[in-house]
Amino acid sequence: MLGTSVTWGDITFMMTGAGLTLAITFWAMLGGTLLGIVFGLIRSHSPWYVNYPMGAVLDVLRSVPLLIQFILFNSFQSIAGWGMNPFVVGCVVLAAYTSAFCTEIVRGGIQAVPVTTRRAARSLGMNWAQDMAYIVLPLGTRVMLPSWIGLTLGVMKDTALVYAIGVIELLRSSQIIITRKPHEALLILAIAGLIYFIVSFPVSRLGAHLEKKWREND
Amino acid sequence: MIEIDNVRKSFDSFEVLKGVSMAVEKGEVVSVIGGSGSGKSTMLMCINGLEPINAGKITVDGTEVHAKGTDLNKLRRNIGIVFQQWNAFPHLTVLENTTLALRKVLGKSKAEADEIAKKQLNHVGLGDKLKVYPGKLSGGQQQRMAIARALAMEPKYMLFDEVTSALDPQLVGEVLDTMRLLAKEGMTMIVVTHEMGFAREVSNRVAFFKDGLIHEIGSPSQLFESPERPETAAFLQSVL
Repeated sequence: MLGTSVTWGDITFMMTGAGLTLAITFWAMLGGTLLGIVFGLIRSHSPWYVNYPMGAVLDVLRSVPLLIQFILFNSFQSIAGWGMNPFVVGCVVLAAYTSAFCTEIVRGGIQAVPVTTRRAARSLGMNWAQDMAYIVLPLGTRVMLPSWIGLTLGVMKDTALVYAIGVIELLRSSQIIITRKPHEALLILAIAGLIYFIVSFPVSRLGAHLEKKWREND
Repeated sequence: MIEIDNVRKSFDSFEVLKGVSMAVEKGEVVSVIGGSGSGKSTMLMCINGLEPINAGKITVDGTEVHAKGTDLNKLRRNIGIVFQQWNAFPHLTVLENTTLALRKVLGKSKAEADEIAKKQLNHVGLGDKLKVYPGKLSGGQQQRMAIARALAMEPKYMLFDEVTSALDPQLVGEVLDTMRLLAKEGMTMIVVTHEMGFAREVSNRVAFFKDGLIHEIGSPSQLFESPERPETAAFLQSVL
């Protein structure tokens, strides 16, 4: 291909890896965001004796390097005999890690909604859940979105670390090709980089588009 | 009927209400005047249960607001409140702002809610702004929207918390006109205000608040022309 020894077969191999990268990112963001919303709601409405222990657990998830979390959890689940496949382990660990960041994003978003606006909602007879669903979360989302987009892009790159538990995603598949064709290393890495970019670009454009649209109404 | 009986309320160690009592009859317009920080606004927040109280009792049509089993969400449907900082929902259009509670709280269909909201928005002169977002409105328009939003729930009582204080002077008139119209239609209203002319013209009774207490309450002519208490006289002297 293009006068190099990189074949379509190699590209297909990398695309398969890219598919796994996307799949892990998707499940990690879905799980992490849902958990993050629940944890964020709990954290912004709980007394200290709930908040402290919860904050500590989330701090651990945020500060222990992801690579170590993958390996520890993978070893734990195989000793416990859960028999999870590496892909599932990757998704679970990354979702938990994502949820720790997402919790703080959600908490910040909720706190950014003025108390007076929420009082207006309650004064119209809306209950707590209605206030949350129709006022706080939609308004908070405007504050949360930029950080959430950043988190998504970060998580997509963090998926590369699942190689440690044997999942062959985009970066790992590139490395495998490079070990076979070391003289094409630069080209292969460039292709891998391009694929990451092609996947990330629409996400960040979507974020910018939404931010602009919301700002126009203010 | 709203009955406030010896209500006390503190924020931390600071006592804002020190035993406030008053009653507002159906169809009455009562204005509440007094300096900033005298507890006027806090009293309004207590009436619909947005603030808890430390002692005393508030009843609205026989329902004790701060009793344990009281369904505050249900009670609040009967009590509309408009705030100093209008508090529009910025992510919703004027029409959506007004229909949200109609649909979610009262369970009305979109068509029904739209009809009620349009009627109320026309009433306050915003019939041509239905699809506009609050950010594009002036303060006076946002405040009139907030009034329409509260009225759409068909409350029996309307509470106004210094609704013109945050407005540019030239916008005050349009909001006061809307309130005048309401008073004329027989709405029961408690109006916390710094607009003495308005209080005098529209109210059945005026209450003077100072340091967490009602010092004097009476007809506008009595209170403004021959106040009984020296505190009232001194306050009027300072603002008129």
